[in-house]
Amino acid sequence: MQKTQSVKPTYFKPVQFLIEVGILVALFTLVQYLITTGLLNQYYQINLASICINIILAVSLNLINGFTGQLSLGHAGFMAVGAYASVIMTQYMELPFIVGIIMACLAAALAGFIIGVPTLRLRGDYLAIATLGFGEIIRVVLQNIDYVGGPAGIMGITKMATWPWMFASVVITLVVIVNLINSSYGRAIISVREDEIAAELMGINTTKYKVLAFVIGAMFAGLAGALYAHYFYIIKPETFNFLKSFDILVMVVLGGLGSTTGAVIAAIFITVLTAALQSFPAIRMILYAIILIIVMIYRPQGLMGNKELGRRAFGRLRGENK
Amino acid sequence: MVNGLSLGAIYALIALGYTMVYGIIMLINFAHGDIMMVGAYIGFFSVAVLGTNIFVAMAVAMMACALLGVIIEKVAYKPLRNSTRIAALITAIGVSLFLEYTTIFFLTPNQRVYPAEAFPVTNYHVMGLTLSSKDIFVFISAVVLMIILQYIIKRTKTGKAMRAVSLDKEAAMLMGINVDKTISITFAIGSALAAAAGVMMGIYYNSINPLMGIIPGLKAFVAAVLGGIGIIPGAMVGGFLMGILETLVSGYGSSLYRDAVAFGVLIIILLIKPTGLFGKNTGEKV
Amino acid sequence: MMLMNIEHLHKSFGGLSAVLDFNAHLEERELIGLIGPNGAGKTTVFNLITGVYKPDEGKIHFADQDITGLPPYEICRRGIARTFQNIRLFNDLSVLDNVRIALHKDVHYPLLSAVLRIPSFFKGEAEIEEKTDQFLKIFNLYDKRNEKASSLPYGEQRRLEIARALATNPRLLILDEPAAGMNPNETAELMELNRLIREQFHLTILLIEHDMSLVMGVCERIYVLDYGQIIAEGSPEEIRNNKRVIEAYLGEEVS
Repeated sequence: MQKTQSVKPTYFKPVQFLIEVGILVALFTLVQYLITTGLLNQYYQINLASICINIILAVSLNLINGFTGQLSLGHAGFMAVGAYASVIMTQYMELPFIVGIIMACLAAALAGFIIGVPTLRLRGDYLAIATLGFGEIIRVVLQNIDYVGGPAGIMGITKMATWPWMFASVVITLVVIVNLINSSYGRAIISVREDEIAAELMGINTTKYKVLAFVIGAMFAGLAGALYAHYFYIIKPETFNFLKSFDILVMVVLGGLGSTTGAVIAAIFITVLTAALQSFPAIRMILYAIILIIVMIYRPQGLMGNKELGRRAFGRLRGENK
Repeated sequence: MVNGLSLGAIYALIALGYTMVYGIIMLINFAHGDIMMVGAYIGFFSVAVLGTNIFVAMAVAMMACALLGVIIEKVAYKPLRNSTRIAALITAIGVSLFLEYTTIFFLTPNQRVYPAEAFPVTNYHVMGLTLSSKDIFVFISAVVLMIILQYIIKRTKTGKAMRAVSLDKEAAMLMGINVDKTISITFAIGSALAAAAGVMMGIYYNSINPLMGIIPGLKAFVAAVLGGIGIIPGAMVGGFLMGILETLVSGYGSSLYRDAVAFGVLIIILLIKPTGLFGKNTGEKV
Repeated sequence: MMLMNIEHLHKSFGGLSAVLDFNAHLEERELIGLIGPNGAGKTTVFNLITGVYKPDEGKIHFADQDITGLPPYEICRRGIARTFQNIRLFNDLSVLDNVRIALHKDVHYPLLSAVLRIPSFFKGEAEIEEKTDQFLKIFNLYDKRNEKASSLPYGEQRRLEIARALATNPRLLILDEPAAGMNPNETAELMELNRLIREQFHLTILLIEHDMSLVMGVCERIYVLDYGQIIAEGSPEEIRNNKRVIEAYLGEEVS
């Protein structure tokens, strides 16, 4: 008999909650200290920023691909929408960063809704190609709008995405998505992946939940886009092409479709790998290709399968009895 | 208009490969456009390095890519025949990236130019139209290949086997058809056609580069869907339609939107009639 | 009271009539059987009732409401639950999760409360846990609640599927060949389970079955379908002796 992890919400335990908050505060302060004193040099800072952005991208794509079982290949398009929306707010209209972030999330969520409603009716592989198509359409449209710089994009964006913003964004993304999954809504979403017809016959409006997951995933991709724009100064449509979507796909596949922990680990791994292979872009892509092929053939559940490292695992480590 | 037909012929050849593979194992072979690219490169080396003429080059490219297609199927797709289609699609993406970047790694991302001696370009003026010898070559070769394909499908045992397997794999197996071999042959033929298209692209546009398969590949896929995925005459018609459409859009609209138009067409088809022009509806059995 | 009334149901697939002028009615708390040779269209009727297919013609009334052509999730919400011929559990999920999903439509808490983990979330989850534990205990699956659904023995998988369907709180339970693939022991268990269900839940049951001992043993009234049309209706006694039915099943052999 195989045991499996149930999607279990844990009851509110004040002590545990405070410990978790404490760990987060400690982590935040440590890194902040390293940055302010300059102990963490530029190279590591850039990698840290990339890691944060990639975690958000991977975890949000995992919600769509992994938990809902809908293969979306246009995630970079939502990132682009968020990036551009936030930049219009902060650079063109000179509004504070928080407005940029909120606009990015809203714009990306709206794009997710507009694209999701018609395409999520399609069958698996057609859905994938349609989302790929929409991602490219977003890119081409942006390339042709002179207001946002056309193909050259926008340069000289003020660096507003400092460590506190990055950290907060990652934490919020993880909390929202993990809490969503460990709830009745999360179970409804997963049931869509497991067997759509059976789910429908249990009273679950599968289209509604597919769109919900799609919109939430898109929203966080938009957040990642806003962070990206305000850290790396420059955005152009070419940055958000289907190769970027594939980058994120590789992370999700490697980590395990349906494991948030896996997505986080894989995002970190791939970011580090990308940095290490910066001078050899062709080799990096060949490696990604091999990862995709080998994972799909030999271990389709990726690194983590659909298991999570969470409170239960830590509980066991501490010798607790649940 | 003439350009549209030549371009359409090229798209049709590539679309045929997509549609045949989808018809037989329900896989969108993402890497198909890149096989076209490999064909273009082999043709290039055949002419530039070995000094053969263009027809030999095309034949060499076709045979090499047929082999490549069979190898890819055996290594990457066959293990996933019983997996979800999404798993196979992800693997196909992997194969596509692999072909592209291995080519970049070994041959640099730079363009190469098809040597002019390979194909003397002369212009003919017929009935008020200017036909380049390129157009004539592309169109006629494509039509010849399509006729050969139709013959294979309709008149040979192999063709019958291909049709049987795409209708019902298990039943075909029970009838004694070697399903594995039939699938391999399908990939071989599809890849050979793509290779021919690749050589034609090299002649038509003069230059080739490792990423040249992506956009035409996607357009040819749209063509296959437009005609009805899995339906061979559909792929031919779809290919020509896409070629003509693209030429019209280039003429009238901004060429920057030219590529997006293909995606637009795809999305419209998928939303209105996903089975394409010639397709039939088959629902899921509950 | 008449619970469901089906009138003149028609369904064709590409020119082939799967269901032709199907008429039937169910009274509350009845146990009705739908039998017929293979390919007669029985599962198609079920698919039409549960909204998986839309009928070409005809109407289906359930509890005084017209449910013809509604989407499956809406039909479930109106009180019709169903199991499948080939068991469709959420295979990779636990037994517990399979049943918990059934409660999603009935136990509400807002999405935001799940994300923010405020009290209404914990209350909702506690209610779900209580109800699912109840169901699991009734169906003797409580001890296996953390097992993967696909790792259960076949008979228990069927039991889980029925438990899950019942957890959606239906008024009508539709069972599509529940005894398919079962040995005599498992079938006996199933009949026992059926008795238990009828005692504990106030349900109407409609079932497709090929196992005649099961059908004749538990059904109060039977409809017989052949080539998409009803050829007989009546009590098990009447059906057993109906010449047309015997012919349909046995071909030309009439004893």
